[in-house]
Amino acid sequence: MATTISIDPVTRIEGHARISLYLDENHRVSDCRLHVTQFRGFEAFCRGRPLEEMPALTARTCGICPVSHLLASAKACDELLAVRIPPAAELLRRLLNYGQLVQSHALSFFHLASPDLLLGMDADPGQRNLFGVAAAMPEVARDGIALRRFGQQLIQRLAGKRIHPAWVVAGGVSRPLERKTGSIILAELPAMLTAARNNLARLQGVLENFQAEIASFANFPSGYLALAGTGGRPEYYDGPLRLLDQRGQELFSEPVAANYGHHLAEKVEPDSYLKSPYYRPLGPEEGMYRVGPLARLNAATACGTPTADEALAAFRELSSNGPVASSFHYHYARLIEIIHALEKIEELLGEEATYDCRVRATAGANAPEGTGICEAPRGTLIHHYRIDEQGLISGVNMIIATGHNNLAMNRGLLQASRAFIDDGDMALVAPTDQAAPPAIREGLLNRLEAVIRCYDPCLSCSTHALGQMPLAVELRRNSGEFIGRVTREMAANHD
Amino acid sequence: MTNKKRIATCWLDGCSGCHMSFLDMDELLLELGDRLELVYSPLVDRKEFPDGVDLALLEGAVSTRDDAAKARLVRSRSRLVAAVGDCAVTGNVPGMRNRLDNGELLELVYGRPGDDQPGPPTVDVPPLLPQCLPLHREIEVDVFLPGCPPPASGFVRLLEAVLEGRDLTELPTLKFG
Ligand code: SF4
Repeated sequence: MATTISIDPVTRIEGHARISLYLDENHRVSDCRLHVTQFRGFEAFCRGRPLEEMPALTARTCGICPVSHLLASAKACDELLAVRIPPAAELLRRLLNYGQLVQSHALSFFHLASPDLLLGMDADPGQRNLFGVAAAMPEVARDGIALRRFGQQLIQRLAGKRIHPAWVVAGGVSRPLERKTGSIILAELPAMLTAARNNLARLQGVLENFQAEIASFANFPSGYLALAGTGGRPEYYDGPLRLLDQRGQELFSEPVAANYGHHLAEKVEPDSYLKSPYYRPLGPEEGMYRVGPLARLNAATACGTPTADEALAAFRELSSNGPVASSFHYHYARLIEIIHALEKIEELLGEEATYDCRVRATAGANAPEGTGICEAPRGTLIHHYRIDEQGLISGVNMIIATGHNNLAMNRGLLQASRAFIDDGDMALVAPTDQAAPPAIREGLLNRLEAVIRCYDPCLSCSTHALGQMPLAVELRRNSGEFIGRVTREMAANHD
Repeated sequence: MTNKKRIATCWLDGCSGCHMSFLDMDELLLELGDRLELVYSPLVDRKEFPDGVDLALLEGAVSTRDDAAKARLVRSRSRLVAAVGDCAVTGNVPGMRNRLDNGELLELVYGRPGDDQPGPPTVDVPPLLPQCLPLHREIEVDVFLPGCPPPASGFVRLLEAVLEGRDLTELPTLKFG
C-alpha cells in the first residue's frame, strides 16, 4: 500500500512548513515535498501605500533579515526618485548589510544548526537545541550568542534599533555615522574574528562524521545565482545579477536590475504558499539554481580579505572540479562569510568617506518603476515596484532568497529521503493496521529537517505572499488520500 | 523533574522579529536557562505543544484556520498567555490585508488560474480566515507586550515577573511601534 509520511512542524527553521514523504507499495520513496503554510500578502496589500513607506513596511516581511528588505526596497525607491545616493550613504548601507550578515548567519549556524552538527543528527531531541549545546560545549553557545549580538548591536548603533530600524530611506540613510561609534565597533572586532575562526576550525574538524549527509543533502549539479562583484569578489549590495551553470560557466550577467524578469520566471505550486523561481530559458526542471552562501562562494574567485581568502582556499578543496555541489556545505560557506563580513566591516570603518555628513538625496517621485536587488544572508533578494502619478504604489513583485531555493530544497529532500530510507538502514515500518501510525526512526525525521536547515530558509519572508514553516510527516495513499500523520513524539515512541 | 518554569514560544502570522527580539536577550538567555525550560518553540525540536506550560509567548496575528486552532490549543495547555508584539496585539502588518477580500488578495499574489499558472495554492495549505485578527479576538490573553518588536528588555521584565510569581498587571506598559 502506498503511503505518505508528514513531518509537522519542521523545527529549528525560520518559519512554518511541513514535509510530505510519498511512499509506493514497496515502501520506496516516490516523492518528497516541502509545503510552506504561511501566507503574508505583501504584494497585494502594499498597493496604494506611499512609496516612502515601502522600506519600513516591507522590512516587516522578515524579522531576521529586515535589513535586506530595507536595502532592496530603498534601492527600488532610489530608482523611483531617480536619484544617485551620496557615496557615504552607500558605504553605510553596505556596512549595515555586513552587520546583518554576521547576525543572521550566527543565528543559522549556532542557534539552529549547531545542535545537529555538534551533538549529532541522532542526539536526544530534548537536548538538540541551543541550550543542549550550551550544556555540552558552553564556549560554542557563547561564541554564537556573541557573534549574533555583535551584528545586532552594529545594526542598532548605526540605525537606532536592532530589529526593524527605519534608518534606511529612499535616497540614502537618515543620519550619518559618528566616529566614536565607529571606534566602539572596531574595538570589538578582533574577538569576533577569533570566535568565527575557532568555530570554522571546529566545523572542519567534524565534517568527516557527516560523509553520508554530505553525499545526499542536495548534492547535485545546479545553477548558482548571485550578484557579481568586481574582480570576482562576492558582492552583497549592488552589481550585475549573474547566473552560473553547474560547471561554473556564466549563463547571463545582467547589469540592469529591471531586466531580472527576462531571465527568471516564477512557478506557482498548488501545495505550497512558496513560489518557485527558475531560469526562464531552461524551464523549472533544468533551470533550477541555488542562491545564498554556497552560490556566492561558488561564484567568487576570491573574497579580497585575508582570513576569508585562506578559508575560501580550503573550501575550494571540497570539490576537485568546479563548484561545491552539496548543500550540506552551506554551513561551511556561512562561516566563511561571517569572517569575510567582519573583515569588510573593519575595512569600511577605516574609510574616511564612511563618516561624511551628506547621506541623503531628496526628490519626489520621478520614475514610474523601480527595481532594487541586493544579496540577503540567504541569497538574492529582488523588490520591484510600480507607482502611479501621485507616488502611490500600484504594483509590487518581490522574489525572495528562500524562494529561489525552493526547487533545490524539494529535490534535496527527495535525494536525502531516498538515501536514508531506500538505501539506508533507517527502518521505516509500515503500519500493520491502517489506524496505527507507522514507525519511523526519529533520526530520519531530523535528517530531512536538516536538509532544509542547510538552506537556512526564511519562510515567513519567502511567502511575503502568505507564510509559515513547521515540519510534520503525513501518510497518504498514492492517490493522495490521507492516512495518518506522524509527529516527532509518535515516531520517537515507535523507535 | 526540575522545578523550572515551563515556557513556550509560538509563531502565528508574524515575521519572526518578535522571536528575534526574544533572542536579543543575548547572554541572559543562558542564565535564564537555569531557571526556566523552553518546552516548545521554533528553537527546540518538540513537535507537539505540551501540557502544563507556565507561560506561552505568542507572536503574530491569527490569519488562517491553523493559526486559530494553534492559539486555542496553546490557551488550553498554558497557565498564562502573552500576546507578543503588535501583530498579536493589534493585527499590525498582516492585518493590512483586511481591506481586500481573500479571493482578490490571492489572485494579486499568485495570478488567476488559466493565465499560464494554476492559480492560488489550495492543496496542503491552510485556508485563510476571512479577516486577520489580533490574538485576543480568538483566545483570552493574560498580558500584552506591544512593540514591533517589543524590546528584549520587555521580555526580561515579563519573564522575571513570571519567575518570581508576581502579578502581571503591575508590569509597566511598553510603547507601541
Ligand atoms: S510585531 Fe513586528 S516584529 Fe513582531 S511579528 Fe509583527 S511585524 Fe514582526
